Amino acid sequence: MNSLLAAGTSPEFALPSIEYRLISPILLVLGMAVISVLVEAFVPRAHRRVVQLVLTFSTLIVALILVVMLAGQRAVTAAGSLAVDGPALFMQGTLLVLALMAALLVAERGVDPAGDAFAARANALPGSIDEREFTKRGWLTTEVWCLFLFSVGGMMLFVTGTDLLILFVALEIMSLPLYLLAGIARRRRLLSQEAAMKYFLLGAFSSGFFLYGSALLYGFAGTVDLGGIADAITANAGQNGLLIAGTALIAVGLFFKVAAVPFHQWAPDVYQGSPTAITAFMASCVKVAAFGAMLRIMYVALGGVRWDWRPMFWVIAILTMFVGSIIALTQTDVKRMLAYSSVAHAGFLLIAVVATNEEGLAGAMFYLLAYGVATIGGFGVITLVRDSTGEATHLSSWAGLGKRSPWVAGAFAVFLLSFAGIPLTAGFIGKFAVFEAGVAGGAGWLVVAAVLASAIAVFFYGRVIVILLFSVPAADGPTVVVPSSFTAFAIAAGLSLTVVLGIIPQPFLDLAEKASIFVR
Amino acid sequence: MNISSTLASVVASGQIEASNIDPSVNAPAVATGAFSFMWLLIALPLLGAAILLIFGKRTDKWGPYLAIAMSCGAFIVGAVMYLTMLGLPANDRPVNLHIWDWVIVGDFQAPIGMQLDQLSIIFVLLITFVGSLIHIYSLGYMKHDPEKRKFFAYLNLFVAAMLLLVTADSYLLLYVGWEGVGLASYLLIGFWQYKPSAAVAAKKAFVVNRVGDVGLSIAIMLMFVTFGSVTFSGVLEDPAAANESTLTWIGLALLLAACGKSAQFPLQSWLLDAMEGPTPVSALIHAATMVTAGVYLIVRSAPIFDAAPDARTAVMVIGAITLIFGAIIGCAKDDIKKALAGSTMSQIGYMILAAGLGPVGYVFAIFHLVTHGFFKANMFLGAGSIMHGMNDQLDMRRFGALRKVMVITFITFSCGWLAIMGVPPFAGFYSKDKIIEAAFGVNVIVGAVALLGAGITAFYMTRLWTMTFTGKSRWTDDNKHPHESSAVMWIPMAILAFLSVVAGFMLAGAIETWLAPVTGFEETELAVSSLVMECASLALVVLGATIAYLQYRRDVPLVAPQHVSPLTVAARQDLYGDAFNEEVFMRPGQWLTRSMVFFDNRGIDALVNGIAASLGGLSGRMRRIQTGFARSYALSMLAGAVIVVATLILVRM
Amino acid sequence: MLPNPYLPIFALGLLAFLFACVSVTLATLVGPKRYNRAKLDAYECGIDPTPQPIGGGHFTIKYYLTAMLFIVFDIEIVFLYPWAVSFEALGLFAVIEVILFIVTVLCVYAFVWRRGGLEWD
Repeated sequence: MNSLLAAGTSPEFALPSIEYRLISPILLVLGMAVISVLVEAFVPRAHRRVVQLVLTFSTLIVALILVVMLAGQRAVTAAGSLAVDGPALFMQGTLLVLALMAALLVAERGVDPAGDAFAARANALPGSIDEREFTKRGWLTTEVWCLFLFSVGGMMLFVTGTDLLILFVALEIMSLPLYLLAGIARRRRLLSQEAAMKYFLLGAFSSGFFLYGSALLYGFAGTVDLGGIADAITANAGQNGLLIAGTALIAVGLFFKVAAVPFHQWAPDVYQGSPTAITAFMASCVKVAAFGAMLRIMYVALGGVRWDWRPMFWVIAILTMFVGSIIALTQTDVKRMLAYSSVAHAGFLLIAVVATNEEGLAGAMFYLLAYGVATIGGFGVITLVRDSTGEATHLSSWAGLGKRSPWVAGAFAVFLLSFAGIPLTAGFIGKFAVFEAGVAGGAGWLVVAAVLASAIAVFFYGRVIVILLFSVPAADGPTVVVPSSFTAFAIAAGLSLTVVLGIIPQPFLDLAEKASIFVR
Repeated sequence: MNISSTLASVVASGQIEASNIDPSVNAPAVATGAFSFMWLLIALPLLGAAILLIFGKRTDKWGPYLAIAMSCGAFIVGAVMYLTMLGLPANDRPVNLHIWDWVIVGDFQAPIGMQLDQLSIIFVLLITFVGSLIHIYSLGYMKHDPEKRKFFAYLNLFVAAMLLLVTADSYLLLYVGWEGVGLASYLLIGFWQYKPSAAVAAKKAFVVNRVGDVGLSIAIMLMFVTFGSVTFSGVLEDPAAANESTLTWIGLALLLAACGKSAQFPLQSWLLDAMEGPTPVSALIHAATMVTAGVYLIVRSAPIFDAAPDARTAVMVIGAITLIFGAIIGCAKDDIKKALAGSTMSQIGYMILAAGLGPVGYVFAIFHLVTHGFFKANMFLGAGSIMHGMNDQLDMRRFGALRKVMVITFITFSCGWLAIMGVPPFAGFYSKDKIIEAAFGVNVIVGAVALLGAGITAFYMTRLWTMTFTGKSRWTDDNKHPHESSAVMWIPMAILAFLSVVAGFMLAGAIETWLAPVTGFEETELAVSSLVMECASLALVVLGATIAYLQYRRDVPLVAPQHVSPLTVAARQDLYGDAFNEEVFMRPGQWLTRSMVFFDNRGIDALVNGIAASLGGLSGRMRRIQTGFARSYALSMLAGAVIVVATLILVRM
Repeated sequence: MLPNPYLPIFALGLLAFLFACVSVTLATLVGPKRYNRAKLDAYECGIDPTPQPIGGGHFTIKYYLTAMLFIVFDIEIVFLYPWAVSFEALGLFAVIEVILFIVTVLCVYAFVWRRGGLEWD
């Protein structure tokens, strides 16, 4: 990108060298997303689902294989705008695994008696005659798949971009489909549309911050390349308002995406309103992508001024951990509770950013994987607990679920234990790795605060487990629907990964450690 | 640490640095070939237990057979390992199977692996062999029990946990097995939980064992602090590197653990009550295997005790005390199983004593452990057979003259009886006399105690034997027709009886060479020849046995006489073990608990509740910021942006 | 020469501001004031303005579709124009890139067309 910009100053056009092999996973996912649009346009309604499912799953799987084949590569390509390195590939892999699991939840058509979890036609007004007409016709939505693939492609680009403009484009490719996906829940349409609207407005607001921050950093460094910014920082060691303001605004844009306090308020509303399968996708994958980009920007471009931004990150991390954990204490809606839990997790992950060392990067990558699988599993369970109006997300209706559906309740309990960071689950290892990195990176007191916040968090996860397993079930409580193999597989995968990562974490820790060097 | 250099290594364009793999130092050989299937030892019985417990009543029909198959399978695996090991030179015999690294983060390493060497293979064979026999025996013994499947599931669970205990390659994993056998023991003692006495006994065993477990966990923590490792190779490689007082404390903590699990003074009280469990359980867990785990622990930790002589002396003293203690209790009990339990306590006392003698004794501790495993299991199964034939009667005063009606049981039991007394050429003679000799070699008083113990052993065992099998029948009305047990029960007894006869001279001599590379071995230097010693102890045995025979051959009153010597009264009360516990531990404990509860209610609870309430209140207040209006969210983001900018600028200034 | 490179920008901004103020003020002062209903309505290309009191108060989605299609093609032109200007310099690489870009846009256009986005009823 910067060489294109450079073309303005010299008449010669330097042909950008693009190693297509290195970015093939991203190209594949985005290309297939376009094909998916064509499928929507030309394949008859009756066949669309099958075609879309085959297309989506094969794309994700092939992309994952490509990522695995690229393992060990370290190069900057596409005119210095994409860095295919360990962290990028590890997080692309994580994203694809999580996206595959989330896709299984999205593909589920066995739990809602009306078909799938998405509105028959998203543009029909909630409660209007049109909507009833479309619902009566039994129309089901397949457009989710194009949006899903575009979003995944954007996320993969977001963790790979090493250029502020590419990062911004990736941010938008990732976010715009999500805004739409958030608004197309079949049940509780108004809530869903409200969620989409809020997400869109606030997301646009935060994108503005990010873009403005990029502009200021460009003003400072004369380049949008992350490595170039780092060089500029080394060259001008003195005070510079542009640098400070740019850092702040870029950070704000990223804080919004990871739902750090006080940029988190969209999260509970959006998590609650979105179709639960989409919430699962959003909660896990956006967090991976946003932290991937944050780690890259903060380590590669702004590592030189970390003494400036670390205290600010301390403040935000502490706020995030505590506010997330404390507000979660009094939540009565399972989805909102998980939303606040995700806020608290963002706080723990910020410790890894503060650490600015190799362990921090590796720890964060492991943490994201551990958090992601448990999140998708957890939301997967939520899709199953239903009453006549759809999902029964109020905690009171979950009371005593363990007595009626021990497997489902047991699985949910395991996910909560992992969130809480209890040993022998993936969450424990993740927390351990991140805290260790924090201590090694000189953020000992931050880790102490994190441990305190974890204690609060354990309390509210424990409370849910107690309600789940030891309360007397309500007589008119919700039923647990037996899903098709899609959801069942997603939950089983989440469960087994959570346990496996907790018991045999070493290979994954090793992998993350090997992948923990950014290229610039 | 220099942050900028770490950062440079995170953001670098160089090649990936190869991760340094730290080769373990002087570890046992990595398991290959047959040894790489070592995990099957644990996996098989564990799988059996899991299937029986998970599939529940569906497995009622074939479950017990599956459990037997799993146990026998484990034995076959163990036997293959043993035969493979036989073919290797002595130094290559220890093998280690690395299972997985749970966590390796910085200095904290928690590898999980199994280790099989000359010591653990003996245990593996003993556990799986006796375990399998007892599984088979239980098929007859528990035939009519409605919860038979659960019983077999627990037995499998026990075998798995016990094998984990003896094949673990670190104290941490050993601790897992240690707790596992504790759990299985708890479940099996309380198997007939509808009997209050069984439920109480189970609870008692559990609680007393916890005291010992605290010792083990303290020992492990001390090891981690001292050696930075909890693996056998890490701790035992060079314990002398640590200072002696630390080692003494580790040794004493290990001894406490051993006392709990092996019912040694002062934690002996649970074993007598544990006889409430079904008799096969008493035979397997509370005679042959689990209660010897303490001996294993001490012999395994031999290098620590070698470097901490004070701790070793403590082991010896505890063993000597328990030896006499158990024997005296055994003399006074009329309940056949309790008499045998007292004897078990006393015999394990011998083993602990031997382990406390150092390199001259380790081998004999294990030798006696093996022979004891055979003859005591044999006698317990015999007792079970008698109970079976006598309508669950346990009181020896109501037995008598059983030799005619229960011929097989009589013969097998007699083998055990002769073996435990140490009559040549029965098994106990070879193992016990070696211990007595070694004890004399170290300390005359201890030797004398051990010798005296042999005499008392002969007395109470002959008393038991005489009251049960000889004299006139004193059967009460409810069991007029004692009968021999079925083949499925007597065949295991016969096999064990055979081993009670031959195991001694089969193993004598061989076991020293076999174990020496692991535990070390030194010949005992005695002032007198060992023949003299043997004659002395044999004379005492004959004396004890004769007194007992003459006293109990004649009429035995149906009700125990009340006007007896104070010693007998004390022995009947388990030498006031429970009273001691009550006065010394329970009363102050209760007082402490009460005051803690008071403090807890007034202090801690108030604090905790206060924190919880204030967090809840805070949470309620913070929720109100979440108004649901996008505009206020945007405002909060703006405020956040201001905070971010302000913090950054503040740092700059 | 110029004292500050940013000066023209400031000058331009000032001009824009002044133009806005002056034109509104002039229109108020000079323009004739003859009100009728059509004049008070919002201007929407000559058709009846929405939202209407009875129609539910919502714009129909079709407006958005048209607007978005317009923007899509608008942006396409924004990209095509500089490419066309320096076509010679950019060479084959850029031709392929632009073709890819146009094809992508056409895919979306095909979607809108097939799904009835261009039918006004």
